[in-house]
Amino acid sequence: MDPLDIARWQFAITTVYHFMFVPISIGLSAMVAGYQVAWLRTGNTQWLRLTRFFGKLFLINFAIGVVTGIVQEFQFGMNWSDYSRFVGDVFGAPLAIEGLLAFFLESTFLGLWIFGWDRLPAKLHNACMWLVHLGTLFSAYFILAANSWMQNPVGYAFNPETGRAEMNDFAAVMFNKVQLVTFPHVVLAAYMTAAAFVVGIAFWHMRREQAVDATSDETSMWRKATRTGAWIVLVTGIGVAAVGDIQGKVMTEVQPMKMAAAEALYETEQPASFSVLTIGTPDGEHEKFAITIPRLLSFLATGTTDGEVKGIRELREQYKETYGQDPGAAYYSAGDYTPNIPTTYWTFRFMMGLGFLAMGVATWLLWATRKGRAPAGRLLYLAVVLLPFMPLFANSMGWIFTELGRQPWAVFGLMTTASAVSPGVSATEMLISLITLTAVYGVLAIVEVRLLLTYIRKGADPVTEDDLPKVRSDDDADKPFAFAY
Amino acid sequence: MELTTVWFALIAILWMGYFALEGFDFGVGMLLPVLGKSDRERRVLINTIGPVWDGNEVWLLVAGGATFAAFPEWYATLFSGFYLPLLLILVALIVRGVAFEYRHKHEDATWKSRWDTAIIVGSFVPAFLWGVAFANIVGGVKIDAEMEYVGGFFELLNPYALLGGAMTLLLFLTHGAVFISLKTDGPIRLAARALAVKVGLAAAVVTVVFLTWTQLETGSTASLVAFGLAAVALVAGLVALPAAREGWAFLGTFLAILLGVAGLFLALFPDVMPTTLADGISLTTTNAAATAYTLKIMTVVAAIFTPLVLMYQAWTYWVFRKRISVHHIPEPALAGQGS
Ligand code: HDD
Ligand code: HEM
Ligand code: HEM
Repeated sequence: MDPLDIARWQFAITTVYHFMFVPISIGLSAMVAGYQVAWLRTGNTQWLRLTRFFGKLFLINFAIGVVTGIVQEFQFGMNWSDYSRFVGDVFGAPLAIEGLLAFFLESTFLGLWIFGWDRLPAKLHNACMWLVHLGTLFSAYFILAANSWMQNPVGYAFNPETGRAEMNDFAAVMFNKVQLVTFPHVVLAAYMTAAAFVVGIAFWHMRREQAVDATSDETSMWRKATRTGAWIVLVTGIGVAAVGDIQGKVMTEVQPMKMAAAEALYETEQPASFSVLTIGTPDGEHEKFAITIPRLLSFLATGTTDGEVKGIRELREQYKETYGQDPGAAYYSAGDYTPNIPTTYWTFRFMMGLGFLAMGVATWLLWATRKGRAPAGRLLYLAVVLLPFMPLFANSMGWIFTELGRQPWAVFGLMTTASAVSPGVSATEMLISLITLTAVYGVLAIVEVRLLLTYIRKGADPVTEDDLPKVRSDDDADKPFAFAY
Repeated sequence: MELTTVWFALIAILWMGYFALEGFDFGVGMLLPVLGKSDRERRVLINTIGPVWDGNEVWLLVAGGATFAAFPEWYATLFSGFYLPLLLILVALIVRGVAFEYRHKHEDATWKSRWDTAIIVGSFVPAFLWGVAFANIVGGVKIDAEMEYVGGFFELLNPYALLGGAMTLLLFLTHGAVFISLKTDGPIRLAARALAVKVGLAAAVVTVVFLTWTQLETGSTASLVAFGLAAVALVAGLVALPAAREGWAFLGTFLAILLGVAGLFLALFPDVMPTTLADGISLTTTNAAATAYTLKIMTVVAAIFTPLVLMYQAWTYWVFRKRISVHHIPEPALAGQGS
């Protein structure tokens, strides 16, 4: 394998892995902080128990989010040094600002929250978790601004003397039109993912408890978590789809080839129909069987039912005219300026499909549990236990689609992925890195899943009068801490 | 002052902060088997850094990000050039970070001892390799006319660099032991204090040799002053220990690390990565820098947010200022859980 392939595999593996933990960190920090508010407002200890229970799961997840993030930060310089040289002036700034604004906030206030139960007054303690959440949002904003710049470079000028892209308008980079749709899409998707995680776990407990005693405090607590979570899945799901719809139009404008690839649309069509499912030849050039909805693609891509959507063949010619011969053509076999069609086609569908499926399950669950009902059906049970995986994988699909659909470009229209890789790093070194990181990540995945399952099964600890959080006074100097590693 | 010089200084400050802060939590990690005989004692040690180690590590992330933004060429050459050592550091930081969070989550001896190993090895490796990396940066490596590092992995392990590694390792051990004596009570505190003096003496010797070597090779008057003050701070810190002045001792090791790193950056300036090849190019604060526009934006952001960050980080240390001893450690989270 040549270094380029290895570097790409490593990037894909480590980033998709990082993004398994990221959405849960973003969403669950808000939910845990929200439970804590509910407890402070009502004094109902069910909310305190939920705060602590999901707080623990949050920490197990967050730890891996943090350590895998470090790899992301170093990886640009290690594997993609020519890329870093070329874009550092523009791309480095959001990354550095992310560290200063977001990571300090997250890590410091999380430390305060974890260990602060008996050191900080209740409201201040709760504020710490909100600040962690704010940190995750800052983090998402800046890193997505960096990524959006790769999708649609703005606010820069190319300097032929240094051979680098140089920033000349920071505001344009921060408020890139791709960024303005990507940020809400990703953050809403994160809330949806975390809520689905909560619902899957809470409903599993609720079913077990209601079999014992349907009117117990336990049942009622899990029921609360289930229903609030399901509402969040549904509402944020609608939001994700609504923003995604606008995103499709922005994407058609800035990267028409990605839209064509998403649809495996070879010939320009007007009006264009949306393909729900197509079985074609492996390269996607010819279709054998398809289900389509007339005019829907026109609507998705342009906002009108009879808009023209350009096809791959026409776009190839157009791109060649604009950018000259495809510098990556020898490497990418799909054809000039054409991303891998089957992958883009299917990941796009899986993203949307899993999202709609999750919304469907949430709706069903809300209906089945309305007015104190306690459903016992196995099918619903199975669907809800699988629910957490739906938005989780939809996220991975979305990223793979977005990033692969941009190929052969690393920075659209400016730099190809093939020219971004580090020239000085040997294939052996990269392979060592790929294998090591994949192995470490694999082991961590096993450990973290087993730990999560242990803690999920164990359920929420009861709260007695004694262990209601109170700030330590000097008389307590020798008492054990409320929490310690 | 030129903005490129300002950013060179800011990056120096970020590394100074990183080593002075994470230095002690590396030290605590390395001393786990030495000062923590029982599980409870180990938990005491880990809890001295529990609320703060992650915030300390962010100094590294910001130093990396700031280098990327302010000196893209430096970031690119350094990170792709020192590839394998950085990979080792990454793996070490990964397992160590997870270990702090996961270790106490199971009451099982094998589980705990595995995570202990992760913490110990995960602290030793970066404590040593950061010294190796910095010695190579300051001493110079083979960088060609394309600004690519062309020496191999083993050339990074030259005697000067290994001595640099030994220095950071010993300094962090001392710093960690002093920190433990400051943050704990009971027998651990006494043991840590005694150990700090012993390791501290070795650290002082190696540090003086390494800094003198650096001064002779690449030093300037400014670096000489910083190195001199660093040595004074270190010795003063060690002297304060037997009298149980742990706060002063900690200030001493803290300043010694700050000043030592400052001296290395002063010795480096105006290069950021000098070459040892006759036909190579040294990376400097000018030829490796981003444009003035980017630096200006970043300066504004840094001027607003750095004081804020320093304030809330200082507040965390204030909230958790009390000493910890074995009776503060609560019962395990999952009592009685096997496997
Ligand atoms: C949409 C959100 C998002 C995206 C696309 C990424 N991350 Fe991330 N990252 C987060 C959202 C996030 C977070 C929510 O802020 C995390 C996850 C868990 C956590 O601890 O913070 C985080 C952690 C995290 C950390 C550790 C921070 C710490 O020590 O506290 C680093 C260094 C990075 N990330 C860097 C990156 C880089 C260089 C990425 C691009 C390739 C990247 N992340 C993609
Ligand atoms: C966290 C969410 C992200 C995921 C899941 C993701 C996923 C991917 C995937 C699957 C690829 C394609 C790898 C291949 O070519 O086979 C890729 C490429 C790439 N992405 Fe992303 N990405 C994410 C965020 C980002 C961000 C935020 C940036 C920049 C800040 C970024 C920069 C890149 C670069 C430089 C490449 C080029 C390497 C390549 O094409 O292989 N990605 N990413
Ligand atoms: C159901 C309707 C949805 C539509 C119409 C939609 C649309 C889109 C589009 C057009 C993109 C590509 C943007 C670009 O490359 O410029 C995208 C990316 C993405 N989608 Fe979706 N999406 C939907 C649902 C979901 C769901 C349910 C999730 C996850 C829970 C999700 C997560 C993502 C992610 C993480 C990305 C990559 C980041 C980005 O470019 O925004 N999407 N989506």
